[in-house]
Amino acid sequence: MTRLSLMAGVVVAGLTATAAIGDSHADKAALDAVKARKAVMTLYSFNLGPLGAMAKGEVEYDAEAATAAAGNLAKVASQNQARYWMPGTDMDTLGLDVTHARPAIWEDGSKAGEIGGQLAEAAAALEAAAGGGLDSLRGAIGAVGKTCGDCHETYREPYN
Amino acid sequence: MRKLILFLLALIVVAAGVVWFLSAPRPLAASAMDGLAGDADRGEQVFWATGCASCHAAPDAEGEARLVLAGGYRIVSPFGTFVTPNISPSDQGIGGWTAQDLAVALIAGVSPEGRHYYPSLPYTTYTRMELQDVADLKAFLDTLPASETPSAAHELSFPFNIRRTLGLWKLLYLDKDWITTAEGEEQERGRELVEAQAHCGECHTPRTALGGLDTARWLQGAPNPSGEGQIPGIAPGLLDWSATDIAYYLETGFTPDYDSAGGEMASVVRNMAHLAPEDRQAFAAYVKALPPVESNGGE
Repeated sequence: MTRLSLMAGVVVAGLTATAAIGDSHADKAALDAVKARKAVMTLYSFNLGPLGAMAKGEVEYDAEAATAAAGNLAKVASQNQARYWMPGTDMDTLGLDVTHARPAIWEDGSKAGEIGGQLAEAAAALEAAAGGGLDSLRGAIGAVGKTCGDCHETYREPYN
Repeated sequence: MRKLILFLLALIVVAAGVVWFLSAPRPLAASAMDGLAGDADRGEQVFWATGCASCHAAPDAEGEARLVLAGGYRIVSPFGTFVTPNISPSDQGIGGWTAQDLAVALIAGVSPEGRHYYPSLPYTTYTRMELQDVADLKAFLDTLPASETPSAAHELSFPFNIRRTLGLWKLLYLDKDWITTAEGEEQERGRELVEAQAHCGECHTPRTALGGLDTARWLQGAPNPSGEGQIPGIAPGLLDWSATDIAYYLETGFTPDYDSAGGEMASVVRNMAHLAPEDRQAFAAYVKALPPVESNGGE
């Protein structure tokens, strides 16, 4: 009996140790994925900056600069992002200090991937429209913003 | 002794009578909407400004489906869960309503059957609406697709499930007066949009223990009424965006840093994007003209 419980104890300890090692590996990969997708978000907003400033009338419209920024946006949005959004990288698993990505992104019926595709389309349309004058730029940027909101509404935990 | 008891009983009866009288639903005069013809095109603008679709479109509805006002959105509050009803033009919705019925609902918070609505329908805001705007809104609502989805009941516990108590609540919080002063046409238009239609204050203003808006801290931020976290204050001192930034945010959802609106504000932006640019600028002019706040008034 004593031997049996001792053995059981060793097995449990072994399993726990294995799980702990597995966790630390998973943590590194998960944190890297979060870092990568936050970098993508930064590139979105950095490239939207000059486009929004022109649309608002804060800086003068410049067809070349607008096309360049929209082109970058379209390229980033069309990346295959599967690894940036690997399973197990939600806010419940990693904590709100690491990510505001809601678990719903990975649940059945999630539209996050579909919305990502819509962003890629809207960004491509913006790239085509950006050099065609200020009104053309203004008309196309709204569709991009809509896809941002569609995803953040459901899948991002608010920061406030 | 017996006389005293009788006197006290009489007093209780009288008091109960007074409470019953005070808590009675008070609809509008039956002739309120006489002579007002509704214009559906103008009504569409009222529809987006008042934000009907955000709560009355079926949850998860997107695009054109947001115009099917089948209801079913759940508003979780400290008083229980409110489930928005079907307000599409069908038998299950408000198909049989007159413009007068809609005016009584929005301005007095009273149903066609003469019962109080809960203020989850933000009639404390809509009570300031122009009757012509209500007529126009009704004309637009009549053009929308019908849904036969039955409305679900609210999930409230005692004493909040007694609608009559709302009559007393309304005495405290149903007030047609403007909350702020406005100077000039643009600010006045902004005030009409914010204080009579878009009901920004319902989330951005803190509430009293009784669930009424604490107008002394108007738009200064508040705990999220239906969840965790904090709704930001938008009065100057709490939000220092330019008027252009505010108008552009309402159009596209982009913040000045090109982050984007999330949570329930994403739905608000979806409505505001339909408004005329001058109206979004009027929102901004109104917000910029609010009394500045020294420190963060929301907590």
